[in-house]
Amino acid sequence: MNPVKLRALRKRLLPMLAIGQLLASCDKGGAAPGDSMQTLANTPKVDLTGAGATFPYPLYSRWFNDYAQRTNVRINYQSIGSGGGIRQVLAHTVDFGATDVPMSEEELSAANGPVEHIPTALGAVAITYNLPEIKQPLRLSGTAIANIFLGHIKRWNDPQLQALNPDAPLPARDILVVHRADGSGTSYILSDYLASVNAEWAMGPGRGKDVHWATGIGGKGNEGVAGQVKAMEGAFGYIEVVYARQNFLPVAHVQNKSGNFISPQAHEISAAAASVTDSMSGSSDFRISLVNAPGADAYPITSFTWLLVAPASIGKSKTQQLTQFLRWALKDGEAVARELGYVPLPAATAKRVLARLDVLDVPPQR
Amino acid sequence: MIGPPNSAVFLPRRPLGDVVFRTCITACALVIPALLVLLGGVIAWAAWPAIRIAGSGLVLGSTWDVAHNKFGALPAIVGTLLSSAIALVLATPLAIAAAILTAEIAPRWLRTPLTFLIDLLAAIPSVVYGLWGIFVVVPLLRSVVMPFVSDTLQLGGVPWFSGPAYGPSLLAAGLVLAIMILPYIASVLREVLLAVPQSQREAALALGATRWEMIRDAVLPFARSGIVGGVMLGLGRALGETMAVTMVIGNSNAIPTSFFDPAYTVASLLANEFSEASGALHLSALMAVAGVLLLTTLLVNALARWLVWRVRRAGGVA
Repeated sequence: MNPVKLRALRKRLLPMLAIGQLLASCDKGGAAPGDSMQTLANTPKVDLTGAGATFPYPLYSRWFNDYAQRTNVRINYQSIGSGGGIRQVLAHTVDFGATDVPMSEEELSAANGPVEHIPTALGAVAITYNLPEIKQPLRLSGTAIANIFLGHIKRWNDPQLQALNPDAPLPARDILVVHRADGSGTSYILSDYLASVNAEWAMGPGRGKDVHWATGIGGKGNEGVAGQVKAMEGAFGYIEVVYARQNFLPVAHVQNKSGNFISPQAHEISAAAASVTDSMSGSSDFRISLVNAPGADAYPITSFTWLLVAPASIGKSKTQQLTQFLRWALKDGEAVARELGYVPLPAATAKRVLARLDVLDVPPQR
Repeated sequence: MIGPPNSAVFLPRRPLGDVVFRTCITACALVIPALLVLLGGVIAWAAWPAIRIAGSGLVLGSTWDVAHNKFGALPAIVGTLLSSAIALVLATPLAIAAAILTAEIAPRWLRTPLTFLIDLLAAIPSVVYGLWGIFVVVPLLRSVVMPFVSDTLQLGGVPWFSGPAYGPSLLAAGLVLAIMILPYIASVLREVLLAVPQSQREAALALGATRWEMIRDAVLPFARSGIVGGVMLGLGRALGETMAVTMVIGNSNAIPTSFFDPAYTVASLLANEFSEASGALHLSALMAVAGVLLLTTLLVNALARWLVWRVRRAGGVA
C-alpha cells in the first residue's frame, strides 16, 4: 500500500472514529435521564437478552415470540444450560437468566445485589424403564429408586420391588441403570428428591446437577438417556416428564409423602406446587424445593423452573420490562404452556409470584 | 552484478510494499503460535485455583464428585488412554495392510479408488461415527459379542471380560475410534512407504527376494520410524476425539476393570459437564483437566513430527 492510499484510508476511518466517540458520550449522558420513569407503551423498540436452562426453552421461545408480536419488546434467549445462565447473570452479560436449579448461597453472594428467582412453570422428572413383560405401570417408592441408583437393588425381581408390585411378573434380569452424563437440572431435581427421602443418598451422592453415580451408564441429554433405555431390555432411567410424554415412554408411578402412588400428569405436578405454596406463608423467596410435597395427589419429583432477574445490575427500566413480560406470561401465556405440554403454575402460586413482581417494580429505598 | 542481490549497497531503501508485505506475513505467522500460548495461558490461569486446592489429586484422585467438590480425573484419564490404546491396537495392523496394499501391491487402476475410499473415512463427521456406533456397534456388542464371550466362551469370570452387558463400553469406544483413526495412520504410512527409495526395492529383488520378502525385509524396516509417526498421529486424534466417544463409551466416571465396562474420557467429561458447570472450583477443575488433555495431545503431536522428520531425513540421505 502506498502513502497516498494510506492517507485516503485514514480519511475514511477518522469520521467513523468520531461517530464512535459521539455515540459513547451519548451513552454516558443518556444514562441518568433514561432511568427516570418511562411509560412502557410509548417506549421505542426494546431488546432484552437472556440465557440459561434448556428445559423451558421451547416454552420461552414461543412466549418471547408471541410477546414480541404484541409489544415492541424483543427478547433473545440462548438455551446454554442452567449453569451457563447463572454464570452469565453473575457476569452481567445478559439481562436475565433462566435455571432449573436454584442458585446456591455461594453463587448469590457473588452477585452484586439480590437475584430474584421468579417461577415461570413446573417441571417434573419421570422414572422410565424397559420391561416388555410389564403391562401395568411400575410402582416405586423413593427408597426403592434410591436403592436402584445406589446399586443396592441389582435385579428386577428383587423382593423390595416385588413387594411394591405384587401382581407384576418382574423378570430375573439385571437392572441396567441409565443416568445423565451431562450436568442437568433434571439430575438436580431427582437427586434433590432422593436426598430428601433417603438418608444414605443424602449422605452419599447428595444434591447436584452432576452427582457421583455408583452404577450405570451415562447418556447425554434427555434424548441420550431415553435412547439407551429404549435400546436395552431391563434398563432403568429418569427423564424430563415432557420428553417422556412426547416419546410415549413407560413411566413409573411414584409413592408420595402421603403414601399414594402418583403418575406425573399435569394435575399431579401442579398439586405438588400448590401444596408447597400453601406452606410458604409470608416468604417471597421462591427458591423452594417442591420435591416430596405433602399434598395427597402431589407428584413427588417436581420442581419450579425459574427466571433469574437481578434488578440492581440491569437497572429500573429493564427490570420493569421483564416484570411486564412475566405478568403477561403468567396470565396470558398459560394456554401456550399447556399446549406445549408444560405445566403452568397453580393459581395460588401464580398469585404470589404476581404480587412479588409488583414489589420488584418499586425498588427498595436505601 | 557484483555481490549478493539484496546487499545494502545496491538497495539502500527497501520498497514500502516489501516492508508492508513482510510485516503482514510475519504478523499472520505469529498469530498461530501466539494463539497457542494464549490458550495455554488462559487454561493455566483458569485452572490455577483447582490446582492449588486439589494438587496432584486432580490427576491421581479417582473420585469425581461435583456435589462434594471432589475432583479426581483419574478414571477419565485412564479411560482416555485405554480407549485410545484399544483403537491403536485394532487400527494399526489394518492401516499397515491398507498402506502396503495401496503403495506396493494393488495394480495402478485400483490404487486411486482405494486410496480415495480410505481417505474418505477421514471426511465423515464424528457425530456420524457416533450414530453408527449407537445403531450398529453397540447393539452388536450387546446382543452378540458380549453374550458370546460370557455364555458361550464362559469368560464371564475372567478379568477384562466380566460385567453386565450394557453395550456402551470401553470396547465400543475403542472400535469406533479405530475406524476413525484408520485413514490418518494409513495415509501417513502410504506416504512413508512411497518415500522408500526405489533402489532399496531393486536391491532386495536383485538378491532374489520375493515380493513379500522385499516388502517385509527392505521396505518396512526402512519405514519403521515413519510408521511410528503415523501411529502417533492417530493416537493424537484418538485422545482428543469427543463426540463419537461420548455417544458410545457409557460416560461412567469409574476406572474400568473390563472391556465391557462403561468408562469415560477426558474430552467427554469436558463436553458433558462444561455447559452446566457453575461452581468456581468445578469450572477450574474442568480447565485443569483440559490442560492435561492439551499437554498430552501436544506431546503426542510433537513426537509424531519428530519421527516423521527423522524418516524424511533418512530417506534423503539414502
